[in-house]
Amino acid sequence: MRAFEYASPTSTKQALSLLGAASGGALVLAGGTDLLALMKDDIVHPKRLVNIKEIRELDGVASSSLGLRIGALTTLADLADNVNIVKDYSALADALNEAASPQIRNMATLGGNLCQRPRCWYFRNGLGLLPKDQSGKDLVATGENRYHAILGNDGPAKFVSPSSIAPALIAYGAKIRLIGPNGKRELPLDKFFVIPKTEDQREHDLKRDEIVTEVVLPPAADLKSAHYEIRQKDAFDWPLATAAVVFQMSGSTVQSARVVMGYVAPTPWLSEEAAQAIIGKSISEETAKAAADAAVQAAKPLSQNAYKVQLARVAVKRAILKAGGAA
Amino acid sequence: MPDFAWPTAEDRSLIGKRISRLDSPDKVSGRAKYNYDYHPSGPMLFGKVLRSPHAKAKILSVDTTAAQKMPGVEAVEVIQKIGGTVQWAGDEIAAVAAVDEGTAEEAIRAINVKYEPLAYLVSDAEPPAGSAEAPGPMSEDDVWDAIDNQMPERQFLEYLKEHGVSFHPEEDLLKQFKGDGASDAILDALRKAAYHEPSGSGTRSPYQKAAATTQGDPDKAFAEASVVSEGVYGTSVITHCCLESHGSTAEWPDKDHLFVHISTQNVSGVPSQMAEPLGVPAANIRVHQDHIGGGFGSKFSADRWDITAAKLSRKAGGRPVRIMLERDAELKVAGARPSAYARVKVAASKDGSITGWQSQSWGTGGPGGGGSPPIPYVFSIPNQRKEHTAIRNNIGPARAWRAPNHPQAAVITMGALDDLAAKINMDPIDLWLKNLSLTGPRQKVYEEEFGVASDLMDWKQKWRPRGQNISGNVARGLGLSLHTWGGRGHASQCDVNIHPDGSVDVKIGTQDIGTGTRTTLAIVAAETLGLPIEAIKLYIGDTQYPPSGASGGSTTPGGVSSSTRRAAVEAREALFAKVAPALNATPEQLECKDKTVRVKGDSGRSLSWKEACSKIGAVPITARGKNPDKEHPPDLTNSGVGGVQMADVEVDMETGIVKVRKMVAVQDCGLIIDLKTAESSCYGALTMGISYALFEEKVMDQATGTMLNANMEFYRLAGYNDIPELVVHMMTGKGYDERGVIGLGEPPVISPGAAISNAVANAIGVRVSYLPLTPDRVLAALGQKAGA
Repeated sequence: MRAFEYASPTSTKQALSLLGAASGGALVLAGGTDLLALMKDDIVHPKRLVNIKEIRELDGVASSSLGLRIGALTTLADLADNVNIVKDYSALADALNEAASPQIRNMATLGGNLCQRPRCWYFRNGLGLLPKDQSGKDLVATGENRYHAILGNDGPAKFVSPSSIAPALIAYGAKIRLIGPNGKRELPLDKFFVIPKTEDQREHDLKRDEIVTEVVLPPAADLKSAHYEIRQKDAFDWPLATAAVVFQMSGSTVQSARVVMGYVAPTPWLSEEAAQAIIGKSISEETAKAAADAAVQAAKPLSQNAYKVQLARVAVKRAILKAGGAA
Repeated sequence: MPDFAWPTAEDRSLIGKRISRLDSPDKVSGRAKYNYDYHPSGPMLFGKVLRSPHAKAKILSVDTTAAQKMPGVEAVEVIQKIGGTVQWAGDEIAAVAAVDEGTAEEAIRAINVKYEPLAYLVSDAEPPAGSAEAPGPMSEDDVWDAIDNQMPERQFLEYLKEHGVSFHPEEDLLKQFKGDGASDAILDALRKAAYHEPSGSGTRSPYQKAAATTQGDPDKAFAEASVVSEGVYGTSVITHCCLESHGSTAEWPDKDHLFVHISTQNVSGVPSQMAEPLGVPAANIRVHQDHIGGGFGSKFSADRWDITAAKLSRKAGGRPVRIMLERDAELKVAGARPSAYARVKVAASKDGSITGWQSQSWGTGGPGGGGSPPIPYVFSIPNQRKEHTAIRNNIGPARAWRAPNHPQAAVITMGALDDLAAKINMDPIDLWLKNLSLTGPRQKVYEEEFGVASDLMDWKQKWRPRGQNISGNVARGLGLSLHTWGGRGHASQCDVNIHPDGSVDVKIGTQDIGTGTRTTLAIVAAETLGLPIEAIKLYIGDTQYPPSGASGGSTTPGGVSSSTRRAAVEAREALFAKVAPALNATPEQLECKDKTVRVKGDSGRSLSWKEACSKIGAVPITARGKNPDKEHPPDLTNSGVGGVQMADVEVDMETGIVKVRKMVAVQDCGLIIDLKTAESSCYGALTMGISYALFEEKVMDQATGTMLNANMEFYRLAGYNDIPELVVHMMTGKGYDERGVIGLGEPPVISPGAAISNAVANAIGVRVSYLPLTPDRVLAALGQKAGA
């Protein structure tokens, strides 16, 4: 790991000035479960780390009639234990419990989970987020792409978005709040994830001198929801495909729906097609299958990952059936 | 002459019982010290290695000027010859020693290397038709390459014997080879190698075909067969992924003496490996290791980085220098198991009697190509034709991996037999039993083991023909495999000392590579002296103690238990001679039992152990035992075991995800010293087997020539939740115990891949050709079946 400066502010204001002052060379440190690994592997080498863990206002969950406000520093372990999440947000609770390992969940924060960098093995080997060889040839398209994107992969970005929590949050209609030198801003969480077109762009709508402060979840007590994750190992493993679904029901009929897939595209993938396929229907094996087919209809697998189309389809189908009350 | 023979069953109070490992409390509490935990008393320097980013490149220049000048850098060492060629990404170029890790890393980055990148291959896909070339004589460059690429010695020797050389190796050159790591056996083979004119154009094909071997009359066997089953089988390159990475800390207490803490399977062997390259006598090199965090066959030799640590330390005035590999280097360069794949045809009669075998196999062990798997495995099928093509590529060197070549051979052979059974609608147990006469001397053992395993798996109740146990999305299936191994004890020497105060110590330069060697030693000494295990003080893991062989090939238990038994018996006899007068008896009348020395059959004439030892006098009793010891029969160790394993799996037909539900392992290994440790060895082997069957694969990228998953996120190892019910049964008693002690490290890890692969085929109704059995491969096989 290369040498770096370390700052540990106790207020957001201090943090922002420390970030801004080290132009281009400062990164925010929270749980550190991803950032320290990136630094050890020499993928990122910040001049300065700004530790935000001492900014207490960024930690904790507040519940009101408007829903939940979750501070960016709340750990995944604390979130998974939160009574409101366990009671009303079962898709999120399931996603949290399947994320990483207990040790990592004790350290990793919600903000860090959303801002973590892709697990793409070309990126992690220092070959760039949009890896190319010297002649400009796309390394992923013709290379080892078994874990890469099947949707949203038309451009140079072929990695998959690494957060297994984000699809569930997006399915509930979460918003993310950021603070920067010019004040606060809020955007729907799905808009926070963007597909970079060039190597100097990031996969998040987050400026270098901005900090994620909280995530806001609308009330979900009267919604049906579920999360389904497909991965190879039972023990600590990255998913191959995930799906989160949230339904507003009218009797046994789906009145509105949000279907979000994870690990299939450079962003969490909100599938309008799947939602439309299930709205107005009751939940059954047939309707779930039809929605799942719709979810992957636009998929364009790479040379090695056609199987992921099937996995994404199964994840969506099983998430829908799980939300509908099947085992 | 003293009676060295193992005590009979009724005479054993410790041997063969279930005894907990002596080192477990230290290991689970963190008190056990590994080489990484070694902190010298003085300030230590941190060594870092600069590694090649290219899979193949000529080294044009290495400029270390900037690194040398960096404050905190104490020594710099260039490892590669200028003008030499590196053959894999991650190969060592140069190293530095600095006052802290950060400075060492910075210094590494400041070294300027000019490479001329060369064309390389990292794939081990089936060789294109007609691409393979016949092997020719070795040129001088080939020999350098073979040494640098750590070509396994046996393969090297065989190659020289078969193909000779195309140059005249002078003694000066041989000396240089030796300096680069060639063994005396290789030098000798080079001297004797036949000379042939150099062959061909000079550019070698990466595909090297071994001569086809034929046995019996395969054409006739296939022409007359009533059934011919065909299939493709194989297993990918995997890495050893030792949880404690390779490396050492080297220091020079004075300019002539080296002290090394090294992670090794071969404590006694390391000094002579380091002596030549460092130019000091082996006797001046002391090696120490308390505990090792995994070796699996990858830690037999002092590695280039260990020699480098010693050189850096010498340059830095003898200050300790530690080089332990980072995780990515560990996975890239510190060992891999060769791949093996084969297209197989099996001929049989209607009743399932196997009459013929044909195979075209290929695989890679890195730049050396790798050996061919011993197929057909265990079953010596009367009529055979086999061709093997070795792929010489740039994935990094292969090293021995538990039971070298056997797991691969089992996957190929047992898969082919299982497909044959399915083709003629036979329960695999019946097909295996039908052909058991082809398995040779262990036929009866296999028969007994099939009976036990089948009961433990409830096979007859649970087994269904292929693809006929599917409920909803979940398919269930059973599979089996069998295996064999040698396991004779290695050369070993041991000292047992009995002190006048009654204390007993055992000194032996062996190592406990995690198999329970400490426990074995203590049990054997305690049993022989009639003492509790706690009474034995053990000293192992240091070259100050009598030399004992490398722990590999399941040779340790047979070796160390034999030498310890002999030493303990000799020491006991010497004690009897001292004590006999006090008991008014002859030494032959005495026995050691229950912490006493007493007259056999006369419990009245007895001395406590402490009283007895007080008769020794001022000088302790010291006895040296050794294995082998042909002058003092009987032989206490033996060779040749058999094992049968069965797997019960479930497969999600929609996702292709395989879960193992249960595994049964039935195994013999002669006289078992500690039943609990023996069973644990099998649990560990099954765990590792499940891991390579389902998850492990060294993923190489052709575009960059590098390993993409050199980390523990995407080099997947089975975790706690992935391990199901494991049932182990050790064959003991008459017919087994009297054979003597045989090792167990290799046999139980051979069959899991084959058994699990067969269980998956039984579940889903189609063969998934290659391990690991990943969802993409399972779904592809199901897709092909649906499309067929």
